[in-house]
Amino acid sequence: MTRRLLGLTALALVPLLVLTAFFVVPVSGMVARGFWPEGSFDPGGVLEVLTRSRTLRVLGFTLWSAAAGTAGSVLLGLPAAYALHRTAFPLRRFLRAALLVPFVLPTVVVGVAFRQLLGEGGPLGGLGLDGTPAAIVLGLVFFNVAVVIRVVGSAWEALDRRAEQAAATLGATPVHVFRTVTLPRLRPAIVSAASVVFLFCATAFGIVLTLGGTRYATVETEIYLLTVQLFDLPGAAALSVLQLAVVVGLLLAARRARTTVPVVRSPSTPRRLRRSDLLPAVVTVLLLGYVALPVAALVLGSLRVDDTWSLANYRALATTGDRQALPVPVTEALLNSLRTAVDATWLALLVGVLVAVVATRRSRSRAERRVRGLLDGLFMLPLGVSAVTLGFGLLITLDSPPLDLRDHPLLVPLAQALVALPLVVRVLVPVLAGVDDRQRQAAASLGAGPLRTLATVDLPVLWKPLLAGAGFAFAVSLGEFGATSFLAREEFPTMPIVIFRLLGHPGAMNYGMALAASVVLAAATAAVMLAVDRLRVSSVGAF
Amino acid sequence: MRPILPVLLAASLTAGCSLVGGSSDEAASDRPDGPTPDEVVLVTHESFSLPKPLVRQFERESGFDLEIRPAGDAGALTTKLALTSDNPTGDVAFGVDNTFASRALDEGVFADLDVDLPEGAGDFVVPADGGERMAPVDHGHVCVNVDVTWFEERGLTPPTSLDDLTDPAYEGLFVTPSALSSSPGLAFLMTTVAAYGEAWPDYWRELLGNGTKVVDGWSDAYYTDFTQGGGDGSRPVVLSYDSSPAFTVPKGTDTSTTRALLDTCFRQVEYAGVLAGADNPEGGRALVEFLLGEDVQAALPESMYVFPVRDGVDLPPAWAEHAEQPEDPFTLDPAEIAAEREGWLEQWRDLATG
Repeated sequence: MTRRLLGLTALALVPLLVLTAFFVVPVSGMVARGFWPEGSFDPGGVLEVLTRSRTLRVLGFTLWSAAAGTAGSVLLGLPAAYALHRTAFPLRRFLRAALLVPFVLPTVVVGVAFRQLLGEGGPLGGLGLDGTPAAIVLGLVFFNVAVVIRVVGSAWEALDRRAEQAAATLGATPVHVFRTVTLPRLRPAIVSAASVVFLFCATAFGIVLTLGGTRYATVETEIYLLTVQLFDLPGAAALSVLQLAVVVGLLLAARRARTTVPVVRSPSTPRRLRRSDLLPAVVTVLLLGYVALPVAALVLGSLRVDDTWSLANYRALATTGDRQALPVPVTEALLNSLRTAVDATWLALLVGVLVAVVATRRSRSRAERRVRGLLDGLFMLPLGVSAVTLGFGLLITLDSPPLDLRDHPLLVPLAQALVALPLVVRVLVPVLAGVDDRQRQAAASLGAGPLRTLATVDLPVLWKPLLAGAGFAFAVSLGEFGATSFLAREEFPTMPIVIFRLLGHPGAMNYGMALAASVVLAAATAAVMLAVDRLRVSSVGAF
Repeated sequence: MRPILPVLLAASLTAGCSLVGGSSDEAASDRPDGPTPDEVVLVTHESFSLPKPLVRQFERESGFDLEIRPAGDAGALTTKLALTSDNPTGDVAFGVDNTFASRALDEGVFADLDVDLPEGAGDFVVPADGGERMAPVDHGHVCVNVDVTWFEERGLTPPTSLDDLTDPAYEGLFVTPSALSSSPGLAFLMTTVAAYGEAWPDYWRELLGNGTKVVDGWSDAYYTDFTQGGGDGSRPVVLSYDSSPAFTVPKGTDTSTTRALLDTCFRQVEYAGVLAGADNPEGGRALVEFLLGEDVQAALPESMYVFPVRDGVDLPPAWAEHAEQPEDPFTLDPAEIAAEREGWLEQWRDLATG
């Protein structure tokens, strides 16, 4: 037992070190600044913030909007996950990839696109949604529905169909089959996806600012305001601690809800659409329209120059913009983004696989199970912490040897990997948890070493989700803005950074270029996701 | 066993690509990561932009390599400098403006500068500092802009003053970025404080009552809501800069479609200084002198949309014509801003965000 725990620790060591150095230390460093304002311990400022009525309002709005955004994402995402992963129809793979695009679009750009649709002069201006909480929730769902589709879709795809068929043969209606047979087995994946989406919604920054017309503050925007505008570090520290507490509470609740039902894996081929699939099909079509509208607004906008159709905005991507708005041409920024994303992806996969393996091996004792559960949850925390706190924290803590990394080129991919890590872990854990441990024991008893066991038992199952996770990590890295804007170097800006810069510089050409660059980023992401999907086709034969 | 092959393939592919990434890292680390006496590190905001030939000119003349590290907007930059004042991330900082100057001075961010200011720059120093630590480099103004064509098409007279904006004749036409999340928005709040003194909250109540729209940031207001921003905006009055009209001159014409209202302007000044505890204070001083030199000062309008502080620098033709500067802009003492900022913002927050 001690040996097992030692082995567990050894496996967990790398991820834990990464998490400590790039998350725990920076965040606690920043929080400590608030508790020790003048160098001596003085929690008065922190406590004072927690008793303000505004703090309660801000917290309330954060929880409400995140809950609404999560509910919307799950309600729309479930039918779409079914339609796109369990049924066959032309363009299915393309649509799957297309629906992931919103997830990685920079929020500044989506904000502009949404406001052009919903604003007073826009085509949907009549709805009067501009600057309302409804607009914020619409934006949150737009970004996050992809997570539900991917995570739940992959699990659904792998579900054994025979139980459903048996229930149907015994006379259960489709609704009844779904409620009593399918849903319980999908629950771990749904809870996983929902908890990630909730964290994304609760820490959304740009979309709340842009679509809420600054009228609605969330904990995240409040931390930014307190840190940057007011330099009220005790206030920011108080809210950061509050945010962490809420996140930990939610993760614990999610763990409880995510009772692990072993996933019996059997390859199921999608079948043709039937009449009974009408509801999911309709929801999916509606969802496509919802996602396509802002994207279409972007594409159309990028093709307009001086009120005529033109590709001039795209040709201008080889330049540095009107009056040198950028340090490098957009094309070079695209290369930077791709390179950074490769590094962020392998970092996230490396750490993610280790975490997932540690978290899912069968535990021999209650204590061991607790430790594993704790580890699993620990790596979700970066999602629940403000990018401002983390960004400034990195600046003030990683400033002396051995970790003088403030300006290291790997800092950006590392920060992005931390952002993508929870997604990778959440994609892998339900799958690994579904592997029957007896298979591993059988392999071991036949003389296979741990590596060989991993290769023969786990890898065949892990292979698909691993690629999905890689695609996710890559996509997250391509679109990541918050942490990158803190850490990126002048000579190596990524796509979201140059888009933000172009939007901040006057001149019609810069605006057009920002739209064109956003379209290119979206297309690049769609291509990556499509490639991941293709790879999965070729791998099917190997099972 | 068969699935292992594709996995290995994917792994080696990834490794191959990351080598590409590695090469970019290598390029970056040709120069050592830690600042060395051969390089000057400039910490600045994300709008900073200096034409490449000027960067090379500085490197040639001073013998130092110039490395530029941007971080957020003026507010985020000042926060970064304040947080790292014990162990700065560079030698020079550029871009702390007059609304944040006091925070930088209070936190001991800058060392004594010992640089002679050029003729004209004296008008822009922080009063409490007198140019000892923070050298003014450029200035510009945040002003209300109007879409001239919109008013012409309707045969209406555009507003000209802050008071006009509360006139029911102009109801629902004005859009401004928030003082909480945008530095021009904050400047506009200060405009009203400078103009109306203690009565500024009353002015804001009237302004908001007259259908003024408050949005997140400058680009949001200008590109989405403003009628001349390129989108489908519906509001012909927007908060922007005095230089903005130079960017709305349609091709083939020489008249701008927009105009800055010169009686509504607040002066913004950007400063540069050598950081306390810099590794290369000598190089830092050289860079500040270079920023104040004629070449950079002449390039400022084109590269950063701001005016030089130095006397006798020629402006680009489009600027001389379309970017008219106010003669008597609103100003506030940075010391007063430092003392009152939090109170103003809280009051404004209650007024504007309910």
